[in-house]
Amino acid sequence: MKKPKLKKFHIRLNLKSRHLLAIMTMFCLCCIVTTLASGVSTDSAQNVAGFFVVPFQKSISAISSVLDTLQDNFRDKQELLAENAELQAQVDSLTEQNNILIQDQLELERLQELYDLDEEYSDYPKVAASIISKDPGNWYSTFMINKGSSDGIRVDNNVIAGKGLVGIVTEVGSTWATVRAIIDDSSNVSAMTVSTSDNCVVTGDLELIDEGKLSFEQLYDQEDKVTTGERIVTSNISDKYVPGLFIGYVSEVSLDSNNMTKAGTIVTPVDFAHLKDVFVITVNKQDYVDGTAEESSEEDSSDSGETDITEEDSLEE
Amino acid sequence: MKSKIILFFTILGCFLLQTTVMNGIAIGSVKPNLILILCVSMGLMRGRKSGMWTGFFSGFLIDMFYGSVFGFYALIYMYVGFLGGYAYRIYYDDDVKIPLCLVLGTDFLYNLAVYALQFLLRGRLGLWTYFYRIIIPEMIYTAFLTLIVYRIFYRLNHRFLTETKKERESTWVLK
Repeated sequence: MKKPKLKKFHIRLNLKSRHLLAIMTMFCLCCIVTTLASGVSTDSAQNVAGFFVVPFQKSISAISSVLDTLQDNFRDKQELLAENAELQAQVDSLTEQNNILIQDQLELERLQELYDLDEEYSDYPKVAASIISKDPGNWYSTFMINKGSSDGIRVDNNVIAGKGLVGIVTEVGSTWATVRAIIDDSSNVSAMTVSTSDNCVVTGDLELIDEGKLSFEQLYDQEDKVTTGERIVTSNISDKYVPGLFIGYVSEVSLDSNNMTKAGTIVTPVDFAHLKDVFVITVNKQDYVDGTAEESSEEDSSDSGETDITEEDSLEE
Repeated sequence: MKSKIILFFTILGCFLLQTTVMNGIAIGSVKPNLILILCVSMGLMRGRKSGMWTGFFSGFLIDMFYGSVFGFYALIYMYVGFLGGYAYRIYYDDDVKIPLCLVLGTDFLYNLAVYALQFLLRGRLGLWTYFYRIIIPEMIYTAFLTLIVYRIFYRLNHRFLTETKKERESTWVLK
């Protein structure tokens, strides 16, 4: 009984390479079709593989940061003095700016009370994370961060850096998560203008990456109020992004050939090429919709509920 | 068996380097493709089957962590390794010019495949921009890296993986 079995095994090993290629091609195509058709998740396999890969990536990025600091330590004293003087000047100008900003802040708070807009960035619970590795190819902009489900990160969490929206979490392991940047060619964000609340769609475009720009389209603006410099934030009708996250400033606007909608480009304030640390917002838009937001953000959700109501009321009026 | 384990760790190491260190040496946010070099070298030095498996597993790793469609990169890298394997037994593997040409050719095909299957199908028509911005720089940079890395792969293959080579040849002769 045993002998024929062994023989069979031997024959399978000696498959011709062309046949093997055909078989593996079929296997890959099946994988592609199943993921496209049903979106089968590969969570368990990813977790197992992440167990092997992520610690190494973490340590490599840690080593590189250590090297960076070493390099910094060897800086010249003169250089440091010059830099100190420069920084001192910067501090002065920043203090001045800060004073102005504080005034603006007071005004903003007043206006926010008027508008019932208390959904600012700072209200969302956040987790700080650092980037440990990036996409191996040159075509896409995805990266991996060193925090995962054990830190409360879930799929579809929004990721921001100091100045604006960075991306969205697409996959999560226990100690790592993959983030798709908004400059990625396959990314789409539902956004709106701040001054007129007109909706548009912001898409990443590989052809614009060098200029640090994104493109937007389907902006409906009949009164020509949207001009260069207009601030674009995530819209309140997006089902993946929490509202009010800053995306960037409009740099070009042009009318589409249909004479109805406008398209153009946006300059993003985030330096994606040198991004190292990001914040992950641990509340999903879906939580607000379902009304099951985490305890830490319960206030926020109830507030947002109220805002919705008031908005509807005003619309009705 | 030992050689397979070593090969597996080589693939893993290349994947790790590609996702971390290569970002550090990227020029104009274009980084060389170390994984592709590995697949082509293994194909050239060890034959079609070996190149194919190397490509499949490294593509599999990429799909696992970064791919949007599962199986896509595994498929492409598998063909890269397989193509590299066509040079096995035609050319000697101790000359760096052969892998250099192979890497240039397969990197071009690889990028063209990614463009055609993932960008063109979504209506991104600026092929020339992509050529100029990504494909050509990546080809040149990857070819440059081949000059350095191929020696290491060559030595690795002949020191640790030759056992299998003899085995492979013998089974081939028996057939």
